[in-house]
Amino acid sequence: MELGDVIVSATGIEKYFGDNHVLRGVTLEVRQHETVMLIGRSGSGKTTMLRCMNFLEEPTVGSVRIGDITVDADPLHARSRAHRERIRRLRVRAGMVFQDFNLFPHMTVLQNCIEGPTRVKGVPRDEAIATADRYLEKVQMIDKRDEYPSRLSGGQKQRAAIARALSMDPQVLMFDEPTSALDPELVGEVLSVMKELAHEGSTMIVVSHEMQFCREAADRVVFMEGGVLVEQGPPEQVLDAPQQEATRQFLRRFLEA
Amino acid sequence: MAVVEGSTANVPTAAIVEAIAAAQRRRKLSYQLIFAATWVVLIGAIVLALTTRFDWAFLGKWWQFILAGAEVTVELTVCSIVLACVLAVLGALGRLSPNPVANGIASLYVSLIRGTPLLVQIFVWAFGLAELGLVLPLFWAGVIALGVNYGAYMTEIFRAGIQAVPRGQREAAEALGMPERLIMRRIVMPQAIRIVIPAIGNDFIAMIKDTSLVIVIGIQELLFRAQSAGRQTINIMEATLFAAVVYWILTLFFSYLEQHLERRMARSDR
Repeated sequence: MELGDVIVSATGIEKYFGDNHVLRGVTLEVRQHETVMLIGRSGSGKTTMLRCMNFLEEPTVGSVRIGDITVDADPLHARSRAHRERIRRLRVRAGMVFQDFNLFPHMTVLQNCIEGPTRVKGVPRDEAIATADRYLEKVQMIDKRDEYPSRLSGGQKQRAAIARALSMDPQVLMFDEPTSALDPELVGEVLSVMKELAHEGSTMIVVSHEMQFCREAADRVVFMEGGVLVEQGPPEQVLDAPQQEATRQFLRRFLEA
Repeated sequence: MAVVEGSTANVPTAAIVEAIAAAQRRRKLSYQLIFAATWVVLIGAIVLALTTRFDWAFLGKWWQFILAGAEVTVELTVCSIVLACVLAVLGALGRLSPNPVANGIASLYVSLIRGTPLLVQIFVWAFGLAELGLVLPLFWAGVIALGVNYGAYMTEIFRAGIQAVPRGQREAAEALGMPERLIMRRIVMPQAIRIVIPAIGNDFIAMIKDTSLVIVIGIQELLFRAQSAGRQTINIMEATLFAAVVYWILTLFFSYLEQHLERRMARSDR
């Protein structure tokens, strides 16, 4: 699908954990309908970068814009009411899918999907249910809508979690290693849902090691190392003809493993 | 050709599986029978030993009067545990609050109450406050004393329960844009309550017995009635043992209820 305007921009993101300088000024822009994949070895800062983009981690320096909301990092006033409220409005525009699913265990799949829309966005209940049903249909979980998460397989849990994120009608979907906690035979069902979303024009930022998915679904690959953005470009360029030595090393080691 | 004694080589597998299951059933049944018999024998021995010089006529005359105290005991227990739960939730939120005043109040509350005897606290609520001009009805002084006391212990239980909810749950709710209060109410608390129910059930059982302490301020609960009935004809032993049996039956009944509730709540998750 034709890419649109820049809809997400994270500018000059730096993050310290204590003395540990995890992100050293990363800028990332994502256009509407674009699927961007963040790769890099563990500890390169890619997950932290993703979490900074909806302020699950407060960046030490930098700012994040999603749609019409911009939030500047303000670690000294991180708990101030006005700042929390701005972050909350930013988060409503971003859907997050976690490695460990994090479905609410005391709610059915459907209740998981309508909790955000009804309680946060104030969508009327039947409207929220209709929206959730549509997305549950899309991730092929409609027949499990009244089950509790404990009765689902890992793949089903992750697809339900994707439906929960979609039900908020976010402007961008963020995936934090969505298949890393899955048994190998369940990875495919999650990736095929994600691929479908990418091809339909969802705006997506994906942290993952799934290179096959990267080739088939990503518009752009971003390689990170040591808290900086080393190289980016279309998958065939970055994966097959990397310009930077660090990228080449990572890919060599990754393909050997 | 030698035939191995007891060999199962020619027995169909299904029959072996069935035989194993039958043996397991027999073993389980005999275990339960012996268990029950042990109880019957022990209880019989205890009853015989304690009632050799028992004045059954006394109990025949007074049992209804004493038993009526059980109603007060249950009322005290229920009211106190409700108060304790409310205080415990507030206390736990205080202990976990980033606000130093809230945390200070909550931790002083826990420290003071856990550091002084319940009996002393009962006197303070009933008589200490009266000297300051605040006279509480005795029943409610008892409820406050017990509820405030158990609330302090249960504060720590609730705090641990809230902290036992995985961090990812809170993050998932934050990612949906839920504000702090909503996260507490809709996501964290419902899961924390499931975690703490066994501990609260335990405290409820302990509370049933601790209500007997309010005898010192003259609330006419089970033990009070047993004592006052027994004193008249010097049948203290009969009256007290009868009260003990009633306490025991109450705890059995409420543990059964608690287990039932626990099983029902476990059904949705895990």
